[in-house]
Order: sequence, then structure tokens, then C-alpha cells
Amino acid sequence: MHLNRNDEDILAGELGAVKQKAMEILVALGDIYGAERLVPIESAQIAGVSYKTIGDAGLEYLTDLTGSVTVPTMLNPMGMDRYKWRQMGIDELFVEKQLAIIRKYEMLGIDAQCTCTPYYVNAPRKGSHLSWSESSAVSYANSVLGARTNREGGPSALAAALVGKTPEYGYHLDKNRVPDITIKTDFPLQGADFGALGYVVGKIVHSRVPQFSFVTQPNDDELKALGAGMAATGAVALYYSERRAKPSETLELSRSDLDIYSSSEPDAVVLGCPHCSRSELTEIARLLDGHTVKRPLWICTSRFVADRCRSLITRIEETGANVICDTCMIVSPAFEKRRLMVNSGKALEYGPSLCNSHTVMGTTADCINIACNA
Amino acid sequence: MLKRIKGRIISKGIGEGDAVVTSQPLSFLGGVDPKRGVIIDLKHELYGVSIVGSVLAFPQGKGSTVGSYVMYQLKRNGKAPAAIVNASSETIIAVGAIISNIPLIDRLDVDPIDAIKPGSHVLVNCVDGFIEVET
Repeated sequence: MHLNRNDEDILAGELGAVKQKAMEILVALGDIYGAERLVPIESAQIAGVSYKTIGDAGLEYLTDLTGSVTVPTMLNPMGMDRYKWRQMGIDELFVEKQLAIIRKYEMLGIDAQCTCTPYYVNAPRKGSHLSWSESSAVSYANSVLGARTNREGGPSALAAALVGKTPEYGYHLDKNRVPDITIKTDFPLQGADFGALGYVVGKIVHSRVPQFSFVTQPNDDELKALGAGMAATGAVALYYSERRAKPSETLELSRSDLDIYSSSEPDAVVLGCPHCSRSELTEIARLLDGHTVKRPLWICTSRFVADRCRSLITRIEETGANVICDTCMIVSPAFEKRRLMVNSGKALEYGPSLCNSHTVMGTTADCINIACNA
Repeated sequence: MLKRIKGRIISKGIGEGDAVVTSQPLSFLGGVDPKRGVIIDLKHELYGVSIVGSVLAFPQGKGSTVGSYVMYQLKRNGKAPAAIVNASSETIIAVGAIISNIPLIDRLDVDPIDAIKPGSHVLVNCVDGFIEVET
């Protein structure tokens, strides 16, 4: 891999041991994956924030780390709402460890917005290079916003944040951004249907680049749900919501292929995977109007969006529902070993595997109906 | 007789120890106990085996990227392998070895899983890019 003078200086340790290690990581990854050079990144987003996910191993690593990131950097959700953790039933030892992790990230100059939708806070420019690690955000950045990022792990995104560069391979290069399978649906889809479609297609296409042929073009919330589902059941990092090229393979799905909705007697209903946008909160508030919640209903969003939607949140919470920020159902211990109902293909995949929770999926209206009619 | 096999340096340093060898990929998160340095993945053929101070040879990592931090924790606890040999490294093991100062080499001229006899003494030189095995 070609390094410029500045890269070489960092590798030689002239900017300190932490940046030197970070550069060693980037060079090693560049060598492993055949990059020819490093490219500057516009921002970084780091997974591995919840104490549930990284545990003492991650905390110990972060504790020893010093220095400062060189590009705007945000975090993935942590294990609790930073104010409502008592209400979530989080124990104090967890809170202590979680806050220690957040403090460490902040000391590195990282903006401790903990969200899987960093693009609502600061949308990357089209064509910009990023080093993001939340898989649904990677998909959204590549597919909806036209930015370029690989699916980074937490540690590699952190290394990129410290140096401000990433090795140029994978989805940073045009040649790897060409669709190689067409997915055709000849029937209308709406809302959560796109999360269900993502759940089904991810299992089929794994890490390929699908392009879709839809009856009606999905909106941004629906694209978010589609990408999140495919990134969870597969490793899809890039897709196209309309036809671009002519891949040799076409797969036509029927409505029955997407028949994954079911209903049960959940002990909690959880929405907001990925974190809700303003328009999703508006829809939830509308569906809840005039009802009283009879079963715990949790709605996850970013603090950034919540702070800008105060009246919507008041309306939602007046029905007995809880809006929580900084966290989500997947990375918080609050949703383990439960019976959950969700409106997300991503949550349907991870509920059982990462939370050991029996999980069913329905539309947003189904979920709210179940929550209000115990 | 000692035989020298060339490879690609991923993480710098020199380490030596007795070989622990497996043809199965390894996840450090959930697969290795960071306090004892013992493989705890029930489904792994090395279940119960200690990797402390060993030259650990396996094809590649798998599982969560948090595995990199588990490698760091092993090193801090004095339970890390002396060096690692991969057939072909991926992100988790590469990052974990670099942040933990564990020498890591891959892409040897021959398959390390065949070339390294379990229990034999192995030297991993990640300054000049070779390993030395007993034949």
C-alpha cells in the first residue's frame, strides 16, 4: 500500500503511540484487503458502546487509550437511556460501567450522541468516504445518501477516527458498487413491509449488491427499514432502490414470501429499530391518539431527534408509552429474556439471537393495537 | 532440524512457544476465557485447551469484532498467546493482535495447519517475516 509522508510519520510514531497503533491497524487492513492507499474520511461512527456488547474487555481497552479523534465521530446506542435507566430496570453496576465507557469515548473527543441513525444528526455528503460500523447506518449511507463506507467493526472505525483515514477497498471503490442481482416485487408494499422484505432478502443475497424493482418507490423511512433488515439477516452494505444495471440474475418474490408477520401475547412492544425519525414519531403519535397503553410500549429514538420533537413525545407519552433515547432493544439488557413484538426486520432477527427474547413482528399499526388492547 | 517458512507480517514482534494448532476458525468473544486463557467454546475442537504463552495457529478469526478487545484483555491478564499464525488473517484477529502487541503472521508459503506440529516448539519472527518450526 502506498503511504504519503504524513502517513509514514504517523506509522513511525511521530504523533504518539496511540496514533501509531491506529495507523498500524489501517495499514494491516489495507494489506489484507488489497487497498492501494488510504483515503481521508468525512466522519466516523463507532459500534461497541453498550457495556452489554463490549463488556470489561472493551472498557479495559478504552481505559488505556489516550489522544483524540481527528474527524467528527459519533457512537452507536449504549445499554440505557442516560436519564431513564431506573425506569428501564437497569442495575447500578451496569450504569456505572456504561457511564465509564461513555466518559472514555468523550475524553477521546467523540460526540457521545448514541444513535444508529447518525445521518439524522449530520448527513454525510454524496460521494464522501466514511468509516461507519453500525450496519444499518452503513447501508443507509451507501444506498440512500450515496456516501461510501465499508461495514467496519468498532475497533477499526475507532482507528480510522483517530487517524482520519481509511484504507480504500470494498465499497470505497466504484467497481464494487455495481448491482449483481435484481429483486422484483409486483405488489404494493408499505411501512413495515419493507423491513420484512429486508429480512427475507438478506437471507437470500448474503453480502451481494441487490437492486430492486418496486411498484411504488419507498420513502426514506422505508428504505431505512429495508436496509436494516438486509444488513441483519445478510451482510448487505449497499443496495439500489431502482434498477441501474442489468445483472444476469433476477429473483421475483411473491407476497407469500414476505409472510412473516405474526401476533402473540408479548410482554412488551418495542418500536424504533433503527431509531425513529420525526415522521415515524408523527405516525406513532397519530396511531396512539385517543388510546391508553395497556402493555409496556417502548419507542427508541436518538436524543437529537427527541429534543426537536418535544410536543410529539409529550403526546406519545400521555398515552402511557415510553420514549427512550441513547439506547435500543438490541443493545440494552432491559429487553433480554422477554416476549417482544416489533415492527422491524432487524429487531426480528436480533431479538432471539442477541437478547434471548421470543420476538414477533407486525406492522406499526398492529404493534400499537396489541399495546393498547391487552 | 529447524525449517524456516516465510510469511506476511501483520503485527510486529517476535514470540516463541509450544504450538496449539486447529483447522477450525476461532472466535475470541465467547470462545476464549480472558481470565484463564482457555478455549471455552463447547463446539470447538480445542475446547478446554490453554493458549497461554503458546504459538496459536488457526485459519482465521470469526464472530464479533469485540473479539479484538478480548485479545487485549488476555494480554493485560498475562494469558495471551506468545504469537499467532493464521492461514489468512481478517479484521478481528489483525486488529486484536496489533492493539495487544501479539506478533501475527499469515500467508505462509505452506499451510501452517499442516506445517506446524501440535506441541512442537515454534518461533514467530514478525520483524523479518518468517516462522521456524521443528521438522
